[in-house]
Amino acid sequence: MTILVIAEHDNATIKGATLNTVTAALQCGSDVHVLVAGANAAAAAAAAAQIAGVAKVLHADAEGLAHGLAENVTALILSVAKNYSHILFPATASGKNIAPRLAAKLDVGQISDITKVDSPDTFERPIYAGNAIATVQSSDAIKIITVRGTGFDAAAASGGSAAVETLAAVAASDKASFLGSEIAKNDRPELTAAKVIVAGGRALGSAEKFTELLTPLADKLGAAIGASRAAVDAGYAPNDWQIGQTGKIVAPQLYIAAGISGAIQHLAGMKDSKVIVAINKDPEAPIFSVADYGLEADLFAAVPELTAAL
Amino acid sequence: MKVLVAVKRVVDYNVKVRVKSDNSGVDIANVKMSMNPFDEIAIEEAVRLKEKGVATEVIAVSCGVTQCQETLRTAMAIGADRAILVETAAELQPLAVAKLLKALIDKEQPGLVILGKQAIDDDCNQTGQMLAALADLPQATFASKLEAADGKLKVTREVDGGLETILVSLPAIVTADLRLNEPRYVTLPNIMKAKKKQLDVFKPEDLGVNVAAGIKTVKVSEPPKRSAGIKVPDVATLVAKLKTEAKVI
Repeated sequence: MTILVIAEHDNATIKGATLNTVTAALQCGSDVHVLVAGANAAAAAAAAAQIAGVAKVLHADAEGLAHGLAENVTALILSVAKNYSHILFPATASGKNIAPRLAAKLDVGQISDITKVDSPDTFERPIYAGNAIATVQSSDAIKIITVRGTGFDAAAASGGSAAVETLAAVAASDKASFLGSEIAKNDRPELTAAKVIVAGGRALGSAEKFTELLTPLADKLGAAIGASRAAVDAGYAPNDWQIGQTGKIVAPQLYIAAGISGAIQHLAGMKDSKVIVAINKDPEAPIFSVADYGLEADLFAAVPELTAAL
Repeated sequence: MKVLVAVKRVVDYNVKVRVKSDNSGVDIANVKMSMNPFDEIAIEEAVRLKEKGVATEVIAVSCGVTQCQETLRTAMAIGADRAILVETAAELQPLAVAKLLKALIDKEQPGLVILGKQAIDDDCNQTGQMLAALADLPQATFASKLEAADGKLKVTREVDGGLETILVSLPAIVTADLRLNEPRYVTLPNIMKAKKKQLDVFKPEDLGVNVAAGIKTVKVSEPPKRSAGIKVPDVATLVAKLKTEAKVI
Protein backbone atom coordinates (compact mmCIF):
# COMPACT_ATOMS: atom_id res chain seq x y z
CA MET A 1 0.00 0.00 0.00
CA THR A 2 1.33 3.43 -0.84
CA ILE A 3 -0.34 6.56 0.38
CA LEU A 4 -0.21 9.94 -1.35
CA VAL A 5 -0.62 13.12 0.71
CA ILE A 6 -1.54 16.25 -1.22
CA ALA A 7 0.43 19.03 0.42
CA GLU A 8 -1.09 22.32 1.48
CA HIS A 9 1.56 24.96 0.81
CA ASP A 10 2.23 28.49 -0.42
CA ASN A 11 4.98 27.51 -2.87
CA ALA A 12 7.63 28.60 -0.35
CA THR A 13 6.72 26.61 2.74
CA ILE A 14 4.60 23.63 3.75
CA LYS A 15 1.53 24.50 5.82
CA GLY A 16 0.98 22.85 9.18
CA ALA A 17 -2.13 20.99 8.06
CA THR A 18 0.06 18.85 5.81
CA LEU A 19 1.96 17.53 8.83
CA ASN A 20 -1.20 16.29 10.57
CA THR A 21 -2.25 14.65 7.31
CA VAL A 22 1.12 12.85 7.04
CA THR A 23 0.49 11.39 10.52
CA ALA A 24 -2.88 10.09 9.37
CA ALA A 25 -1.23 8.68 6.23
CA LEU A 26 1.39 6.83 8.30
CA GLN A 27 -1.47 5.22 10.23
CA CYS A 28 -2.80 3.84 6.94
CA GLY A 29 0.53 2.46 5.74
CA SER A 30 4.25 3.04 5.99
CA ASP A 31 5.01 4.07 2.38
CA VAL A 32 3.96 7.72 2.24
CA HIS A 33 4.56 10.12 -0.64
CA VAL A 34 3.77 13.82 -0.72
CA LEU A 35 2.64 15.75 -3.82
CA VAL A 36 3.54 19.43 -4.04
CA ALA A 37 1.67 21.01 -6.95
CA GLY A 38 2.28 24.71 -7.49
CA ALA A 39 4.21 27.34 -9.42
CA ASN A 40 7.88 27.97 -8.53
CA ALA A 41 7.32 25.60 -5.65
CA ALA A 42 10.77 24.06 -5.38
CA ALA A 43 11.23 25.43 -1.86
CA ALA A 44 7.98 23.86 -0.70
CA ALA A 45 8.97 20.56 -2.32
CA ALA A 46 12.32 20.66 -0.53
CA ALA A 47 10.55 21.33 2.78
CA ALA A 48 8.18 18.42 2.15
CA ALA A 49 11.17 16.15 1.64
CA GLN A 50 12.25 16.84 5.21
CA ILE A 51 9.01 15.75 6.86
CA ALA A 52 9.68 12.75 9.08
CA GLY A 53 8.25 9.55 7.63
CA VAL A 54 7.90 10.73 4.04
CA ALA A 55 9.51 8.38 1.50
CA LYS A 56 9.18 10.43 -1.68
CA VAL A 57 8.07 13.88 -2.83
CA LEU A 58 6.46 14.48 -6.23
CA HIS A 59 6.84 18.07 -7.42
CA ALA A 60 4.74 19.43 -10.27
CA ASP A 61 5.20 23.02 -11.36
CA ALA A 62 2.98 24.94 -13.79
CA GLU A 63 1.23 28.28 -14.15
CA GLY A 64 -2.13 26.50 -14.05
CA LEU A 65 -1.28 25.05 -10.63
CA ALA A 66 -0.31 28.41 -9.13
CA HIS A 67 -3.64 28.97 -7.38
CA GLY A 68 -4.82 25.44 -6.75
CA LEU A 69 -7.69 25.42 -9.24
CA ALA A 70 -9.59 22.17 -8.68
CA GLU A 71 -9.84 21.32 -12.38
CA ASN A 72 -6.06 21.47 -12.85
CA VAL A 73 -4.93 19.85 -9.59
CA THR A 74 -7.42 17.00 -10.10
CA ALA A 75 -6.15 16.34 -13.61
CA LEU A 76 -2.59 16.26 -12.27
CA ILE A 77 -3.37 13.80 -9.47
CA LEU A 78 -5.26 11.56 -11.92
CA SER A 79 -1.99 11.10 -13.82
CA VAL A 80 -0.53 9.20 -10.84
CA ALA A 81 -3.60 8.04 -8.89
CA LYS A 82 -3.36 4.41 -10.03
CA ASN A 83 -0.10 4.03 -8.08
CA TYR A 84 -1.77 4.66 -4.75
CA SER A 85 -4.10 2.85 -2.36
CA HIS A 86 -5.05 6.03 -0.50
CA ILE A 87 -4.92 9.73 -1.40
CA LEU A 88 -5.19 12.04 1.61
CA PHE A 89 -5.85 15.78 1.65
CA PRO A 90 -5.90 18.08 4.69
CA ALA A 91 -9.54 19.08 5.31
CA THR A 92 -8.81 22.66 4.35
CA ALA A 93 -10.81 24.75 1.86
CA SER A 94 -8.43 23.51 -0.83
CA GLY A 95 -8.60 19.83 0.19
CA LYS A 96 -12.37 19.92 0.47
CA ASN A 97 -12.62 21.56 -2.93
CA ILE A 98 -10.47 19.02 -4.76
CA ALA A 99 -10.85 15.62 -3.03
CA PRO A 100 -14.47 14.96 -4.07
CA ARG A 101 -13.79 15.96 -7.68
CA LEU A 102 -10.89 13.51 -7.76
CA ALA A 103 -12.98 10.75 -6.17
CA ALA A 104 -15.80 11.09 -8.69
CA LYS A 105 -13.33 11.06 -11.59
CA LEU A 106 -12.09 7.74 -10.18
CA ASP A 107 -15.70 6.58 -9.65
CA VAL A 108 -15.18 6.05 -5.93
CA GLY A 109 -16.68 7.56 -2.80
CA GLN A 110 -14.86 10.09 -0.66
CA ILE A 111 -14.56 10.16 3.12
CA SER A 112 -14.64 13.67 4.59
CA ASP A 113 -12.98 15.02 7.71
CA ILE A 114 -11.66 11.84 9.34
CA THR A 115 -10.65 12.13 12.98
CA LYS A 116 -9.28 8.62 13.45
CA VAL A 117 -7.83 5.77 11.40
CA ASP A 118 -9.11 2.46 12.80
CA SER A 119 -7.54 0.41 10.00
CA PRO A 120 -6.51 1.05 6.40
CA ASP A 121 -10.15 0.76 5.31
CA THR A 122 -12.04 1.96 8.39
CA PHE A 123 -12.20 5.53 9.65
CA GLU A 124 -14.08 7.69 12.15
CA ARG A 125 -15.66 10.99 11.21
CA PRO A 126 -18.03 13.45 12.86
CA ILE A 127 -21.59 13.86 11.58
CA TYR A 128 -24.53 16.05 12.69
CA ALA A 129 -22.22 18.90 13.70
CA GLY A 130 -20.09 16.52 15.77
CA ASN A 131 -23.03 15.29 17.85
CA ALA A 132 -22.36 11.79 16.56
CA ILE A 133 -19.26 9.96 15.35
CA ALA A 134 -19.67 7.60 12.40
CA THR A 135 -17.29 4.69 11.86
CA VAL A 136 -17.21 4.02 8.13
CA GLN A 137 -15.62 1.27 6.09
CA SER A 138 -14.72 1.66 2.43
CA SER A 139 -14.57 -1.17 -0.08
CA ASP A 140 -13.43 1.17 -2.87
CA ALA A 141 -10.19 0.22 -4.62
CA ILE A 142 -8.70 3.58 -3.76
CA LYS A 143 -9.62 5.59 -0.66
CA ILE A 144 -9.91 9.36 -1.15
CA ILE A 145 -9.94 11.08 2.21
CA THR A 146 -9.84 14.52 3.77
CA VAL A 147 -8.19 14.66 7.19
CA ARG A 148 -9.34 16.84 10.10
CA GLY A 149 -6.11 18.37 11.41
CA THR A 150 -7.22 18.45 15.03
CA GLY A 151 -7.62 14.65 14.98
CA PHE A 152 -3.93 13.90 14.47
CA ASP A 153 -0.64 15.15 15.89
CA ALA A 154 1.67 16.92 13.47
CA ALA A 155 4.49 14.82 12.03
CA ALA A 156 7.92 16.32 12.68
CA ALA A 157 8.81 18.87 10.02
CA SER A 158 12.41 17.71 9.92
CA GLY A 159 14.24 14.45 10.19
CA GLY A 160 13.13 13.11 6.83
CA SER A 161 15.25 13.03 3.68
CA ALA A 162 13.04 11.97 0.83
CA ALA A 163 13.96 12.15 -2.83
CA VAL A 164 12.16 14.82 -4.84
CA GLU A 165 10.88 13.66 -8.22
CA THR A 166 9.59 15.98 -10.91
CA LEU A 167 6.08 15.22 -12.07
CA ALA A 168 5.02 16.48 -15.47
CA ALA A 169 2.18 18.99 -15.30
CA VAL A 170 -0.90 18.36 -17.41
CA ALA A 171 -2.65 20.91 -19.63
CA ALA A 172 -4.64 23.52 -17.72
CA SER A 173 -8.41 23.66 -18.07
CA ASP A 174 -9.80 26.48 -20.18
CA LYS A 175 -13.04 26.44 -18.18
CA ALA A 176 -11.75 28.07 -15.01
CA SER A 177 -9.27 30.80 -14.19
CA PHE A 178 -8.08 32.63 -11.09
CA LEU A 179 -8.84 36.36 -10.93
CA GLY A 180 -7.58 37.46 -7.52
CA SER A 181 -7.73 37.06 -3.78
CA GLU A 182 -7.97 39.01 -0.55
CA ILE A 183 -5.97 37.03 1.94
CA ALA A 184 -5.33 38.74 5.27
CA LYS A 185 -1.79 38.71 6.57
CA ASN A 186 -1.07 39.00 10.26
CA ASP A 187 1.42 37.82 12.82
CA ARG A 188 -1.03 35.80 14.80
CA PRO A 189 -0.86 32.01 14.78
CA GLU A 190 -3.19 30.28 12.31
CA LEU A 191 -6.51 29.45 13.96
CA THR A 192 -6.34 25.74 13.18
CA ALA A 193 -2.88 25.42 14.76
CA ALA A 194 -3.07 28.02 17.58
CA LYS A 195 -2.51 26.91 21.18
CA VAL A 196 -4.71 29.69 22.50
CA ILE A 197 -7.76 31.23 20.85
CA VAL A 198 -9.82 34.21 21.89
CA ALA A 199 -13.19 34.28 20.13
CA GLY A 200 -15.94 36.87 20.10
CA GLY A 201 -19.64 36.77 19.34
CA ARG A 202 -22.35 39.16 18.29
CA ALA A 203 -22.50 40.66 21.79
CA LEU A 204 -19.34 42.63 20.97
CA GLY A 205 -21.70 44.92 19.08
CA SER A 206 -19.41 46.42 16.44
CA ALA A 207 -16.23 45.78 14.47
CA GLU A 208 -14.47 48.50 16.50
CA LYS A 209 -15.42 46.99 19.85
CA PHE A 210 -14.57 43.51 18.58
CA THR A 211 -11.03 44.61 17.77
CA GLU A 212 -10.70 46.96 20.75
CA LEU A 213 -11.63 44.36 23.36
CA LEU A 214 -10.18 41.17 21.93
CA THR A 215 -6.89 42.30 20.38
CA PRO A 216 -5.17 43.25 23.68
CA LEU A 217 -6.31 39.99 25.26
CA ALA A 218 -5.08 37.97 22.27
CA ASP A 219 -1.78 39.87 22.33
CA LYS A 220 -1.22 39.08 26.02
CA LEU A 221 -1.88 35.39 25.38
CA GLY A 222 -0.15 35.09 22.00
CA ALA A 223 -3.50 33.93 20.77
CA ALA A 224 -5.29 33.69 17.45
CA ILE A 225 -8.62 35.51 17.19
CA GLY A 226 -11.81 33.73 16.12
CA ALA A 227 -15.45 34.63 15.76
CA SER A 228 -18.92 33.15 15.79
CA ARG A 229 -20.97 33.10 12.58
CA ALA A 230 -23.21 35.85 13.97
CA ALA A 231 -20.23 38.14 14.48
CA VAL A 232 -18.98 37.51 10.94
CA ASP A 233 -22.43 37.96 9.39
CA ALA A 234 -22.74 41.28 11.25
CA GLY A 235 -19.41 42.40 9.80
CA TYR A 236 -17.50 42.48 13.11
CA ALA A 237 -14.91 39.96 11.91
CA PRO A 238 -13.72 38.62 8.54
CA ASN A 239 -15.06 35.31 7.23
CA ASP A 240 -11.79 33.47 7.77
CA TRP A 241 -12.13 33.98 11.54
CA GLN A 242 -15.38 32.00 11.71
CA ILE A 243 -15.23 28.94 13.96
CA GLY A 244 -17.95 26.33 13.61
CA GLN A 245 -19.54 23.41 11.78
CA THR A 246 -18.87 24.92 8.39
CA GLY A 247 -16.01 27.24 9.34
CA LYS A 248 -12.73 26.50 11.06
CA ILE A 249 -12.47 23.47 13.32
CA VAL A 250 -10.13 24.18 16.24
CA ALA A 251 -8.87 22.34 19.30
CA PRO A 252 -6.48 24.65 21.15
CA GLN A 253 -5.16 24.19 24.68
CA LEU A 254 -7.25 27.19 25.73
CA TYR A 255 -10.38 28.62 24.09
CA ILE A 256 -11.90 31.80 25.52
CA ALA A 257 -15.39 32.56 24.20
CA ALA A 258 -16.54 36.12 24.91
CA GLY A 259 -20.15 37.00 24.19
CA ILE A 260 -20.78 33.78 22.28
CA SER A 261 -24.06 32.05 23.10
CA GLY A 262 -22.87 28.59 22.04
CA ALA A 263 -25.19 27.49 19.25
CA ILE A 264 -24.84 23.83 18.18
CA GLN A 265 -23.07 24.92 15.00
CA HIS A 266 -20.45 26.94 16.91
CA LEU A 267 -19.79 24.17 19.44
CA ALA A 268 -19.11 21.82 16.53
CA GLY A 269 -16.05 23.89 15.72
CA MET A 270 -14.48 24.16 19.18
CA LYS A 271 -15.81 21.56 21.64
CA ASP A 272 -12.63 19.50 21.42
CA SER A 273 -10.59 22.35 22.92
CA LYS A 274 -8.66 21.23 26.00
CA VAL A 275 -9.86 24.03 28.28
CA ILE A 276 -12.88 26.20 27.48
CA VAL A 277 -13.62 29.50 29.21
CA ALA A 278 -16.93 31.25 28.59
CA ILE A 279 -17.69 34.87 29.44
CA ASN A 280 -21.35 35.70 28.94
CA LYS A 281 -23.90 37.68 30.90
CA ASP A 282 -26.68 35.20 30.09
CA PRO A 283 -26.57 32.38 32.67
CA GLU A 284 -28.62 30.17 30.34
CA ALA A 285 -26.24 30.48 27.39
CA PRO A 286 -25.56 26.98 25.99
CA ILE A 287 -21.83 27.75 25.87
CA PHE A 288 -21.72 27.18 29.65
CA SER A 289 -22.60 23.52 29.08
CA VAL A 290 -19.19 22.92 27.47
CA ALA A 291 -17.17 25.47 29.46
CA ASP A 292 -14.70 24.25 32.05
CA TYR A 293 -14.79 27.70 33.60
CA GLY A 294 -17.83 29.91 33.16
CA LEU A 295 -17.83 33.56 34.12
CA GLU A 296 -21.27 35.12 34.21
CA ALA A 297 -20.37 38.73 33.61
CA ASP A 298 -20.65 41.63 31.21
CA LEU A 299 -17.82 41.07 28.74
CA PHE A 300 -17.24 44.83 28.35
CA ALA A 301 -16.02 44.86 31.97
CA ALA A 302 -14.70 41.31 32.27
CA VAL A 303 -12.52 41.15 29.14
CA PRO A 304 -10.46 44.29 29.90
CA GLU A 305 -10.20 43.12 33.52
CA LEU A 306 -8.91 39.75 32.34
CA THR A 307 -6.42 41.40 29.98
CA ALA A 308 -5.12 43.56 32.81
CA ALA A 309 -4.83 40.61 35.21
CA LEU A 310 -2.62 38.56 32.88
CA MET B 1 -30.76 29.78 -19.17
CA LYS B 2 -32.21 27.09 -16.93
CA VAL B 3 -30.83 26.87 -13.40
CA LEU B 4 -31.04 23.53 -11.61
CA VAL B 5 -30.88 23.59 -7.81
CA ALA B 6 -30.42 20.46 -5.72
CA VAL B 7 -32.01 20.48 -2.26
CA LYS B 8 -31.84 17.97 0.58
CA ARG B 9 -34.30 17.17 3.33
CA VAL B 10 -32.35 17.00 6.60
CA VAL B 11 -32.87 17.11 10.35
CA ASP B 12 -33.67 20.73 11.24
CA TYR B 13 -30.58 22.71 12.28
CA ASN B 14 -32.04 23.49 15.73
CA VAL B 15 -32.37 19.84 16.68
CA LYS B 16 -29.62 18.32 18.79
CA VAL B 17 -29.63 14.71 17.65
CA ARG B 18 -29.12 11.70 19.87
CA VAL B 19 -27.30 8.52 19.00
CA LYS B 20 -29.44 5.38 19.18
CA SER B 21 -28.56 3.08 22.09
CA ASP B 22 -27.74 0.24 19.68
CA ASN B 23 -25.23 2.48 17.85
CA SER B 24 -26.92 1.77 14.53
CA GLY B 25 -27.47 5.42 13.78
CA VAL B 26 -28.94 8.67 14.95
CA ASP B 27 -32.52 8.79 16.24
CA ILE B 28 -34.52 10.82 13.73
CA ALA B 29 -37.96 9.36 14.37
CA ASN B 30 -40.45 12.21 14.97
CA VAL B 31 -37.70 14.79 14.67
CA LYS B 32 -38.40 18.00 12.75
CA MET B 33 -37.08 17.88 9.17
CA SER B 34 -36.32 20.92 7.03
CA MET B 35 -34.54 21.96 3.86
CA ASN B 36 -30.77 21.98 4.37
CA PRO B 37 -29.95 25.64 5.21
CA PHE B 38 -27.27 25.90 2.50
CA ASP B 39 -29.79 24.63 -0.06
CA GLU B 40 -32.24 27.38 0.89
CA ILE B 41 -29.49 29.83 0.08
CA ALA B 42 -28.95 28.02 -3.25
CA ILE B 43 -32.64 28.26 -4.20
CA GLU B 44 -32.74 31.92 -3.16
CA GLU B 45 -29.75 32.69 -5.39
CA ALA B 46 -31.35 30.95 -8.36
CA VAL B 47 -34.61 32.83 -7.84
CA ARG B 48 -32.70 36.12 -7.66
CA LEU B 49 -30.96 35.24 -10.97
CA LYS B 50 -34.39 34.74 -12.49
CA GLU B 51 -35.61 38.06 -11.08
CA LYS B 52 -32.55 39.71 -12.66
CA GLY B 53 -33.36 38.17 -16.02
CA VAL B 54 -30.23 35.99 -16.03
CA ALA B 55 -32.12 32.71 -15.49
CA THR B 56 -35.24 31.75 -17.42
CA GLU B 57 -36.39 28.83 -15.30
CA VAL B 58 -35.46 27.44 -11.88
CA ILE B 59 -35.88 23.70 -11.38
CA ALA B 60 -35.56 22.24 -7.87
CA VAL B 61 -34.38 18.64 -7.52
CA SER B 62 -34.26 16.33 -4.54
CA CYS B 63 -33.32 12.67 -4.12
CA GLY B 64 -34.74 10.48 -1.39
CA VAL B 65 -37.92 9.37 0.28
CA THR B 66 -41.38 10.48 -0.78
CA GLN B 67 -41.52 13.14 1.99
CA CYS B 68 -38.87 15.07 0.06
CA GLN B 69 -41.85 16.37 -1.89
CA GLU B 70 -42.48 18.73 1.06
CA THR B 71 -38.97 20.11 0.69
CA LEU B 72 -39.56 20.59 -3.04
CA ARG B 73 -42.85 22.42 -2.37
CA THR B 74 -40.89 24.76 -0.08
CA ALA B 75 -38.37 25.32 -2.87
CA MET B 76 -41.23 26.19 -5.21
CA ALA B 77 -42.70 28.50 -2.57
CA ILE B 78 -39.38 30.37 -2.49
CA GLY B 79 -39.70 30.69 -6.26
CA ALA B 80 -38.57 27.58 -8.14
CA ASP B 81 -40.79 27.03 -11.20
CA ARG B 82 -41.01 23.26 -11.07
CA ALA B 83 -39.49 20.33 -9.24
CA ILE B 84 -38.18 16.81 -9.73
CA LEU B 85 -38.02 14.11 -7.07
CA VAL B 86 -35.83 11.07 -7.63
CA GLU B 87 -37.60 8.78 -5.25
CA THR B 88 -35.81 5.99 -3.43
CA ALA B 89 -35.65 4.61 0.10
CA ALA B 90 -32.07 3.48 -0.42
CA GLU B 91 -29.27 5.16 1.51
CA LEU B 92 -27.85 7.72 -0.88
CA GLN B 93 -24.23 8.77 -0.63
CA PRO B 94 -22.86 11.84 -2.40
CA LEU B 95 -21.47 9.90 -5.37
CA ALA B 96 -24.87 8.31 -6.04
CA VAL B 97 -26.62 11.68 -5.74
CA ALA B 98 -24.06 13.19 -8.11
CA LYS B 99 -24.78 10.42 -10.63
CA LEU B 100 -28.53 11.03 -10.37
CA LEU B 101 -28.03 14.77 -10.83
CA LYS B 102 -25.74 14.13 -13.82
CA ALA B 103 -28.52 12.12 -15.48
CA LEU B 104 -30.89 15.01 -14.85
CA ILE B 105 -28.55 17.65 -16.21
CA ASP B 106 -28.14 15.51 -19.34
CA LYS B 107 -31.94 15.63 -19.69
CA GLU B 108 -32.54 19.26 -18.72
CA GLN B 109 -29.34 20.90 -20.03
CA PRO B 110 -29.22 23.72 -17.47
CA GLY B 111 -26.71 26.55 -17.88
CA LEU B 112 -25.95 26.54 -14.16
CA VAL B 113 -26.37 24.14 -11.25
CA ILE B 114 -26.34 25.44 -7.68
CA LEU B 115 -26.09 23.22 -4.61
CA GLY B 116 -25.59 23.96 -0.94
CA LYS B 117 -21.95 23.52 0.04
CA GLN B 118 -22.67 20.81 2.60
CA ALA B 119 -25.56 18.97 4.16
CA ILE B 120 -25.76 19.52 7.90
CA ASP B 121 -26.56 15.85 8.57
CA ASP B 122 -23.63 14.01 7.01
CA ASP B 123 -21.39 17.13 6.77
CA CYS B 124 -19.76 15.63 3.65
CA ASN B 125 -19.32 18.71 1.41
CA GLN B 126 -18.86 16.55 -1.73
CA THR B 127 -21.89 16.39 -4.00
CA GLY B 128 -21.33 19.60 -6.01
CA GLN B 129 -17.68 18.80 -6.65
CA MET B 130 -18.54 15.22 -7.67
CA LEU B 131 -21.23 16.39 -10.06
CA ALA B 132 -18.75 18.80 -11.65
CA ALA B 133 -16.31 15.92 -12.14
CA LEU B 134 -18.90 13.57 -13.68
CA ALA B 135 -20.15 16.29 -16.02
CA ASP B 136 -16.60 17.53 -16.72
CA LEU B 137 -17.67 21.05 -15.79
CA PRO B 138 -15.86 23.75 -13.83
CA GLN B 139 -16.71 24.11 -10.15
CA ALA B 140 -16.99 27.19 -7.95
CA THR B 141 -17.40 26.02 -4.36
CA PHE B 142 -18.09 27.96 -1.14
CA ALA B 143 -19.49 30.86 -3.15
CA SER B 144 -20.24 34.10 -1.34
CA LYS B 145 -20.97 36.17 -4.45
CA LEU B 146 -22.00 35.41 -8.04
CA GLU B 147 -21.78 37.82 -10.96
CA ALA B 148 -22.81 36.76 -14.45
CA ALA B 149 -20.62 38.36 -17.14
CA ASP B 150 -20.55 37.58 -20.90
CA GLY B 151 -21.55 33.95 -20.70
CA LYS B 152 -19.21 33.34 -17.77
CA LEU B 153 -19.60 33.50 -14.02
CA LYS B 154 -17.35 35.49 -11.71
CA VAL B 155 -17.49 33.82 -8.31
CA THR B 156 -16.08 35.07 -5.01
CA ARG B 157 -15.29 32.12 -2.74
CA GLU B 158 -14.72 31.97 0.99
CA VAL B 159 -11.42 30.19 1.57
CA ASP B 160 -9.23 29.58 4.62
CA GLY B 161 -7.28 32.84 4.47
CA GLY B 162 -10.07 35.13 3.29
CA LEU B 163 -11.64 35.46 -0.15
CA GLU B 164 -10.66 34.49 -3.67
CA THR B 165 -12.32 35.22 -7.01
CA ILE B 166 -12.41 32.87 -9.98
CA LEU B 167 -13.96 32.98 -13.42
CA VAL B 168 -15.76 29.89 -14.73
CA SER B 169 -17.32 29.25 -18.11
CA LEU B 170 -20.95 28.14 -18.29
CA PRO B 171 -22.35 25.63 -17.73
CA ALA B 172 -20.81 25.40 -14.27
CA ILE B 173 -21.48 23.92 -10.83
CA VAL B 174 -21.64 26.35 -7.90
CA THR B 175 -21.93 25.44 -4.21
CA ALA B 176 -23.44 28.06 -1.92
CA ASP B 177 -21.79 29.21 1.29
CA LEU B 178 -23.48 30.95 4.24
CA ARG B 179 -23.09 34.54 3.12
CA LEU B 180 -24.13 34.18 -0.54
CA ASN B 181 -27.50 35.68 0.39
CA GLU B 182 -30.18 35.76 3.06
CA PRO B 183 -33.15 33.65 1.93
CA ARG B 184 -36.54 35.35 1.82
CA TYR B 185 -39.37 34.36 4.13
CA VAL B 186 -41.85 32.11 2.38
CA THR B 187 -45.25 33.80 2.15
CA LEU B 188 -48.59 32.04 2.46
CA PRO B 189 -49.76 32.99 -1.06
CA ASN B 190 -46.53 31.50 -2.46
CA ILE B 191 -46.99 28.33 -0.43
CA MET B 192 -50.47 27.97 -1.96
CA LYS B 193 -49.17 28.63 -5.49
CA ALA B 194 -46.41 26.06 -4.95
CA LYS B 195 -48.97 23.32 -4.34
CA LYS B 196 -50.06 23.66 -7.97
CA LYS B 197 -46.62 23.79 -9.56
CA GLN B 198 -45.35 20.79 -11.54
CA LEU B 199 -43.52 18.08 -9.56
CA ASP B 200 -42.25 15.04 -11.50
CA VAL B 201 -41.17 11.82 -9.82
CA PHE B 202 -38.54 9.44 -11.20
CA LYS B 203 -36.85 6.35 -9.82
CA PRO B 204 -33.08 5.84 -10.03
CA GLU B 205 -33.66 2.98 -12.51
CA ASP B 206 -35.55 5.38 -14.82
CA LEU B 207 -32.36 7.43 -15.01
CA GLY B 208 -30.14 4.38 -15.48
CA VAL B 209 -28.24 4.99 -12.25
CA ASN B 210 -27.01 2.36 -9.81
CA VAL B 211 -27.02 3.93 -6.36
CA ALA B 212 -25.04 1.23 -4.56
CA ALA B 213 -22.35 2.67 -2.30
CA GLY B 214 -18.76 1.69 -1.68
CA ILE B 215 -18.72 3.12 1.84
CA LYS B 216 -20.76 1.61 4.63
CA THR B 217 -21.42 2.89 8.11
CA VAL B 218 -20.27 0.29 10.58
CA LYS B 219 -21.52 2.09 13.66
CA VAL B 220 -22.48 5.48 15.04
CA SER B 221 -21.24 6.48 18.49
CA GLU B 222 -21.56 9.32 20.92
CA PRO B 223 -18.72 11.79 20.89
CA PRO B 224 -16.44 11.90 23.94
CA LYS B 225 -18.19 13.72 26.77
CA ARG B 226 -16.65 16.67 28.47
CA SER B 227 -16.72 16.60 32.25
CA ALA B 228 -18.90 19.29 33.79
CA GLY B 229 -17.28 22.65 34.37
CA ILE B 230 -17.69 25.21 37.12
CA LYS B 231 -18.79 28.81 37.31
CA VAL B 232 -16.20 31.23 38.67
CA PRO B 233 -17.31 34.32 40.60
CA ASP B 234 -14.81 36.82 39.19
CA VAL B 235 -11.85 37.40 36.89
CA ALA B 236 -9.30 36.95 39.68
CA THR B 237 -10.59 33.45 40.41
CA LEU B 238 -10.63 32.63 36.69
CA VAL B 239 -7.01 33.65 36.26
CA ALA B 240 -5.97 31.69 39.35
CA LYS B 241 -7.75 28.56 38.10
CA LEU B 242 -6.25 28.86 34.62
CA LYS B 243 -2.76 29.19 36.12
CA THR B 244 -2.78 26.62 38.90
CA GLU B 245 -5.56 24.17 38.10
CA ALA B 246 -5.78 24.04 34.29
CA LYS B 247 -2.17 25.16 33.83
CA VAL B 248 -2.85 26.68 30.43
CA ILE B 249 -1.38 30.13 31.15
